[in-house]
Amino acid sequence: MSGKDKNLHNMSESESEQEGVDKEGIEWIMNLPDVPMKLPPHVELQRTRVECKADAPIHTDTIQYSGAFASMGFDNSLRLDNFRNNFKIEVIDLKEDDIEFDMIGIDPALANAFRRILISEVPTMAIEKVLFANNTSIVQDEVLAHRLGLVPIRVDPRLFKYSDKDAPNENNTIVFRLHACCERGKPRLTVTSKALTWLPNGSEFPLVSDKSVSNSKPKTYTSFSCSQNTLSKEFSNNPIGPKDSDIILARLGPGQEIELEAHAVKGMGKTHAKWSPVATAWYRMLPEVVLMEEIEDELAEELEKKCPVNVFDIEDIAGKKRATVARPRDCTLCRECIRGDAWEKRVALRRVKDHFIFKIESTGALPPEVLFTEAVKILEDKCERLIAELS
Amino acid sequence: MDPQPEPVSYICGDCGMENTLKQGDVIQCRECGYRILYKKRTRRIVQYEAR
Repeated sequence: MSGKDKNLHNMSESESEQEGVDKEGIEWIMNLPDVPMKLPPHVELQRTRVECKADAPIHTDTIQYSGAFASMGFDNSLRLDNFRNNFKIEVIDLKEDDIEFDMIGIDPALANAFRRILISEVPTMAIEKVLFANNTSIVQDEVLAHRLGLVPIRVDPRLFKYSDKDAPNENNTIVFRLHACCERGKPRLTVTSKALTWLPNGSEFPLVSDKSVSNSKPKTYTSFSCSQNTLSKEFSNNPIGPKDSDIILARLGPGQEIELEAHAVKGMGKTHAKWSPVATAWYRMLPEVVLMEEIEDELAEELEKKCPVNVFDIEDIAGKKRATVARPRDCTLCRECIRGDAWEKRVALRRVKDHFIFKIESTGALPPEVLFTEAVKILEDKCERLIAELS
Repeated sequence: MDPQPEPVSYICGDCGMENTLKQGDVIQCRECGYRILYKKRTRRIVQYEAR
């Protein structure tokens, strides 16, 4: 083929490709053979790992800017499709009140948003008003009221409304009664949360001001129109009560008495910690322990001894002892293994930036896996509100 | 004037016994004879915020 012919051929090809750009756009550019799709390994390591050095961690930031690696031909933009394909949740351990799961392929900002929502924005029911008829115990009224407020209540908060300015009614208030009396001549009595009994019909204390209407039902501190037992099947099958029945509220000496009513309402953890549905919710990045060279014999034994949580094991291959990383998940990043001599060169301690080990400890109102889905719904609501605001 | 003043119960400062006294009664515990009696806490509802 002559040079002129070749030029002509190229011309016609580029013309047809020009049309292709309009049709397939970005796809076509991405499929060009000379566009590098991957970063060089050392840069990729900086992008995806936090490296823990003996003195301090480095490369701790996540790189958000889409063109951060443009000079190397790498597209760092976040695409919804990529996120959809790469995001994973793996449940490691699920118990009645605890869950441990891995959240993989998510930005720390989002992981943290879920944590913060779990702690302060998922609603629960908690005792807010305490009406004392009698309290002759040594625990002062306000102290006892505060203790009662912190008792977790086993009830689905989604079945209730916020009380706001409404009068307390069957849709926003749960009433408990506590009457404990230590008689004379008896030993001291320990009052636990078991003594809180649910009153599905509302308050039983009459309002003092209302004495004129004696024939009808006396007005009480709540205005229930019906029993809460009739509202939901869940209530009649499984009466509302404290989650744990062994929380000590007070101790009574002989002759002392407590008589009170506690009114629980719906609220959020940001108002007061008693409404927080989690004992705690927290995450850590996945630790990654890599041996940079073969570590054998005495060094291997030294390494195994160095680690307080037994991350390393010793493998015996044909009389030679070789260190291996057996349980990297247990690593607390105490950096004991990279302390001293040349250890920092032999062992690399890293954290994976987009892999979070999430733990939720529920206080018992809702199971932990439900709490997380509630948190996701709340974030979704917030996003929708923002979109509505902008459009 | 009230026809029948209601008897009020008091607690003995020494033995803790409950005593009901009427107007004009001697202020003295029936059980141990101690002369300091305390008034009981009111049954009127007091409301606290659990915070």
